[in-house]
Amino acid sequence: MSGRSRFRRRQRAFRWVTLSLLLAFFALPLLGMLEFTTQGRGGEGRTLDTWRTLADVSTVSLEYPALREGFLASVGLGVVTPLVMLVLLVPTMTWVRLRLPGLSRTVEFICLLPLTVPAIVLVVGLTPIYAWVYYLVGSSTLWLSLAYVILVLPYAYRALDAGLRAIDVRTLAEAARSLGAGWATVMWRVILPNLRTAVLSASFLSVALVLGEFTIASLFSKKNLQVAMFELGKSDAKVSVAVGLAALVFGFLVLFAMSFVGSRAAGPSRFSRFRRSRKETPA
Amino acid sequence: MTATTEASSTRTDRGIAVELTDLRRVYGGVAALDGLTLHIEPGEFVALLGPSGCGKTTALRCLAGLEDPDSGTITVGGRDVTSVPTSKRDMGMVFQAYSLFPHMTARQNVEFGLELRGQDKTARRARAGEMLDLVGLSEHAEKYAHQLSGGQQQRVALARALAIEPQVLLLDEPLSALDAKVRTQLRDEIRRIQLEVGTTTLFVTHDQEEALAVADRVGVMSTGRLEQLAAPAELYSAPVSPFVADFVGLTNRLRARIEGGRAQVLGGSVPVLPGSAAGPDVVLLVRPEGVEVAPASGAGSEPGSATVESASFLGGHGRVIARTAAGEVVTVQVPNTDVTKYHAGDRVVLSPRGDAALAVAAD
Repeated sequence: MSGRSRFRRRQRAFRWVTLSLLLAFFALPLLGMLEFTTQGRGGEGRTLDTWRTLADVSTVSLEYPALREGFLASVGLGVVTPLVMLVLLVPTMTWVRLRLPGLSRTVEFICLLPLTVPAIVLVVGLTPIYAWVYYLVGSSTLWLSLAYVILVLPYAYRALDAGLRAIDVRTLAEAARSLGAGWATVMWRVILPNLRTAVLSASFLSVALVLGEFTIASLFSKKNLQVAMFELGKSDAKVSVAVGLAALVFGFLVLFAMSFVGSRAAGPSRFSRFRRSRKETPA
Repeated sequence: MTATTEASSTRTDRGIAVELTDLRRVYGGVAALDGLTLHIEPGEFVALLGPSGCGKTTALRCLAGLEDPDSGTITVGGRDVTSVPTSKRDMGMVFQAYSLFPHMTARQNVEFGLELRGQDKTARRARAGEMLDLVGLSEHAEKYAHQLSGGQQQRVALARALAIEPQVLLLDEPLSALDAKVRTQLRDEIRRIQLEVGTTTLFVTHDQEEALAVADRVGVMSTGRLEQLAAPAELYSAPVSPFVADFVGLTNRLRARIEGGRAQVLGGSVPVLPGSAAGPDVVLLVRPEGVEVAPASGAGSEPGSATVESASFLGGHGRVIARTAAGEVVTVQVPNTDVTKYHAGDRVVLSPRGDAALAVAAD
């Protein structure tokens, strides 16, 4: 008995040590960034001037217009990229599962392919296409979302595939159709609500990737948040690092909020499941 | 068989006739349906029975519009629906797999089809309540699929299919995932409800007891074709082919001789069914209840003498398996009170009861 409790104590200690090391690994660079951005003039004393500047939107807009532009572009890309990805992938994957199961390997291969293509190769390949896009419809930074959709394909595919595997898509679709539902109704009313978690996971991953992307935007000479930060770092390192830290925290908050919304979206059922199971549990 | 009698006396006239004519469906060179023709009367409950891969589910899916036949026509109430999409066929379907929409409650599931038909909320609620009441699940209306047992889920699926007042009700092995007791209960319930609503119903199953118990007529399918379509009693007592005789119920294959239109077997004679082989040497397909067994009294050289190999108690009845002097193994059904009289190694005498049997050519 004492041997077992000793083992448990050791196991608990190991768990805490591992967790602490991991936390330190992630937190130390962030703390370093915070320390740097709060240094006073000449590295002496502490000041929140940098953060006060950043908190003042009008000052940022006036003094750092590139930063504002990059931030807005990244937010726009963070909205458009997951949307395009979902519109493209969800119906395709559902259709392949329902009607063309023989193609699933091919679709998987295509979706995973971007993992093996370096960003520079992707840019070289996409350059002539973007030349036409810019020529025909303008050169908005938001067009980067097309390249980003390719980048997020492998992660989004995996998340959606797991969701589709978790439900009997074929039977649900056939049941809905036999009740009079057309394909659009099947997708919107039956498949999508049961893919909520998978759709949100795919969206989280897309947003995370978009918020951190630098290479493609830089190579296409487009200004997103990362490019703006990099450029700002050459002239004002403190503000650049502060923006980097804020972007990390912002990204973390966005993902946290999305995951919270996700669990609430799946919530009515989950929550009521929990409530019911409590009700049904005999006292 | 009782159900059949009930059916004809209580069936309503709300059903509609269904006609499958010369349906063919080929998958990669294998014909799942090979010229299937089937007529279902208005309000009739027809079961399609057959081994795996015989094409029964394909036939049902073609009728539902979930598969397109390569050739042939499907008419419902005289209207050709062969090219009509599933969503426009107005057929309710219950699937083998649990098919309730997981994100909806039982009530919302039942309301789904009604909502698509533009019914207002009050009417939908009333109809869903009525249907859930019909399947005995009113008190589970607000539960999600994962909170219901398999039997309850299939009941809700049945309520959902019936709520839209379909022209035809299609049941694709809806009981196969359930345990034996629930299966029997739900089977009887399906029949009760079908008689109550009078919808023309096609039921696909591989369980012969299920098919014989609920259907007005049972169609036995083999290799994409309908071997026989008949009332359960007729199908059992007068199979038209060795396949039907073998597939429906247990069958003894006994060597016999045709003399004067009767088959001589186990020291007795029985009339042969129409369509039997001419003989003179044939194999007679005899049901276990078509054979009598009695303890041997003589030296064991009389016709039909055999040795008991095993005797089993099966609840409602008993079964004796005996081997004749000629080496044929015969299964005999006996009353459950008699089964204890027989033990392995006992000498017995077997004789035919006299029921007509199908004779097929001897190998």
